[in-house]
Amino acid sequence: MTALDTPAPRLDPATAVAVETVEVAKEPAPKEVGNRLGRWLLYAALSLITLAFVYPFVWLLSASFKPRGEVFDNRLIPKTFTLDNYVSVWQEAPMAAWLFNTVLVTLLATAAVTVSSAMVAWGFSYFRFRGRNLLFGVVLATMMLPGAVTMIPTYLIWDALGQVGTLTPLWAGNLFGSAFYIFLLRQFFLGLPRDVFEAARIDGANNWQIFTRVAMPLTKPALIVTALFEFQAAWTDLMRPLIYLRDSEDFTVPRGLKSLVDQFGFGGQWHWEIIVTASVITTVPMIVLFFLGQRHFVQGIATTGSKG
Amino acid sequence: MGRQVRSRETRAALLFISPWIVGFLVFTAYPVIYTGYLSFTDYDVINDPAFVGFDNFKELLEDDKVALALRNTFIFAAMSVPAQLLVSLALALLLNWAGRASGFFRTAFFLPKMTPPVAIGVLFLLIFNGQSGLINGMLGTIGIDGPAWTTDPSWVKPGLVMMSLWTVGGSVIILLAALRNVPQELYDAARVDGAGFWRQTWSITIPMISGAMFFVFIVDTIAAFQSFSEAYTAFFGSGNTTYSNDAALFYAIYLFQQAFQFLHMGYASAMAWVLFVIIMIVTFIQIRVTQRFVYYEAETR
Repeated sequence: MTALDTPAPRLDPATAVAVETVEVAKEPAPKEVGNRLGRWLLYAALSLITLAFVYPFVWLLSASFKPRGEVFDNRLIPKTFTLDNYVSVWQEAPMAAWLFNTVLVTLLATAAVTVSSAMVAWGFSYFRFRGRNLLFGVVLATMMLPGAVTMIPTYLIWDALGQVGTLTPLWAGNLFGSAFYIFLLRQFFLGLPRDVFEAARIDGANNWQIFTRVAMPLTKPALIVTALFEFQAAWTDLMRPLIYLRDSEDFTVPRGLKSLVDQFGFGGQWHWEIIVTASVITTVPMIVLFFLGQRHFVQGIATTGSKG
Repeated sequence: MGRQVRSRETRAALLFISPWIVGFLVFTAYPVIYTGYLSFTDYDVINDPAFVGFDNFKELLEDDKVALALRNTFIFAAMSVPAQLLVSLALALLLNWAGRASGFFRTAFFLPKMTPPVAIGVLFLLIFNGQSGLINGMLGTIGIDGPAWTTDPSWVKPGLVMMSLWTVGGSVIILLAALRNVPQELYDAARVDGAGFWRQTWSITIPMISGAMFFVFIVDTIAAFQSFSEAYTAFFGSGNTTYSNDAALFYAIYLFQQAFQFLHMGYASAMAWVLFVIIMIVTFIQIRVTQRFVYYEAETR
């Protein structure tokens, strides 16, 4: 894990020995000049690729400040700078309501999944009981299940509960934990020294107190990773808002953006400047989120790969 | 006494696990079984499900749109998954060579991964626009007359594949982490033995990170088979607007339309089960075929 922050030391004893051996054996010395040239080439290549990855954002942001006729002019700096598009989006769509709905759903989804997944992960890591591995195997197996297989009956359940058309189905399922986060948090719990919990137990703490007062604070990095991942997932989700939301007033921002694409895109009036601007509004919070939690995102994803 | 402690421990554990148990029973186990039942019925949500035997599955085999959607999905997966793996491997190797300076570039590569899929669909329409899009504008400056990416049926999927490469940042981070874990001693030993750069990459780097590559390969494949949001945003009308593009009709999109736009819940359930089986078969084949090439460190210990 730490390898991500601190690049592996280049000259540990083993390397030093190897370098010495090479010199003694009169091997050709490492190609110094070629290396410097190579480094410049490497940085040039990386910079070009970076441009390719970042430019679409810049293009989108720039286009959102252009008047209708210039959206597609592909200029980096708008010829005519205008904030009109932002005003139009606000007038054409209930953007404030969409933002409010999205923030609400995202916060509830994040809080619900983080707390419940931590509880379940704790149950699977601290206690020993018969059938634990079998049950945890079931948790892992559910990750393989395509969402399509549960989608329809899940809709019917929320329909039976009278919740279709409300925001509830977008987050309430998170109260029951999520396999991926349970897995992630359990890995983290298993890495904590057991003595700490036994000490708390001797001091008279009960199971719940050990979990909330000892385990949870120690798990902060993994909890942050879980919260950030779910925040992103809930904010960007399109499928569930498409299934469950009916009235424009109840839409989340991504669902709203889709309705704007329908209204102002190919299917409708060709006001791409409105779509562009709404896309910026949908995306910017995620960019901010990434810069706030960059380190945690990177570490969380790297862990996924190494543990999976 | 031992037994009492153990049963108390079991009870405590089950209390902590109970949210997942409830969720599993209500939102996973029951739905999986109920979808299975619905797949043998006609069901439009309003009237009760009517049992029709294997009719849905027979209809599925004869449905041209299912065949089209399956073909589109397979083509997309067959193009995008290897492309994503190669690009993310190349980028991870570049970042690894950059060493300490890689942080900035890693951030830049990951950033697109934060973009909501709806916005990616929009960006696709804009940047790949045949007449005035950024891509064709750039191709134009070097004298290439770019295709109509968003309308020409034979260019829609290649365009979507290129767009999917924009979000390889997650895989890059996974592969980079694996690269950083390759022990330096192996390279030093190889250098002493006279192995050149490509030889080291081929004989040490690739085998040592094959586990992570395998993981990315499987996860990307499962995701590709369920592609929905980007293509749906770009090419299919929701609600009252009903534009569509056959070249971008992925299986998940057709399934969604059957279930929630045409309210053919039984038919859609059958489609869901077929998708599940296809993904399982594909994953199984991938595991069987690639396992021989994956090197697990534990084996040698």
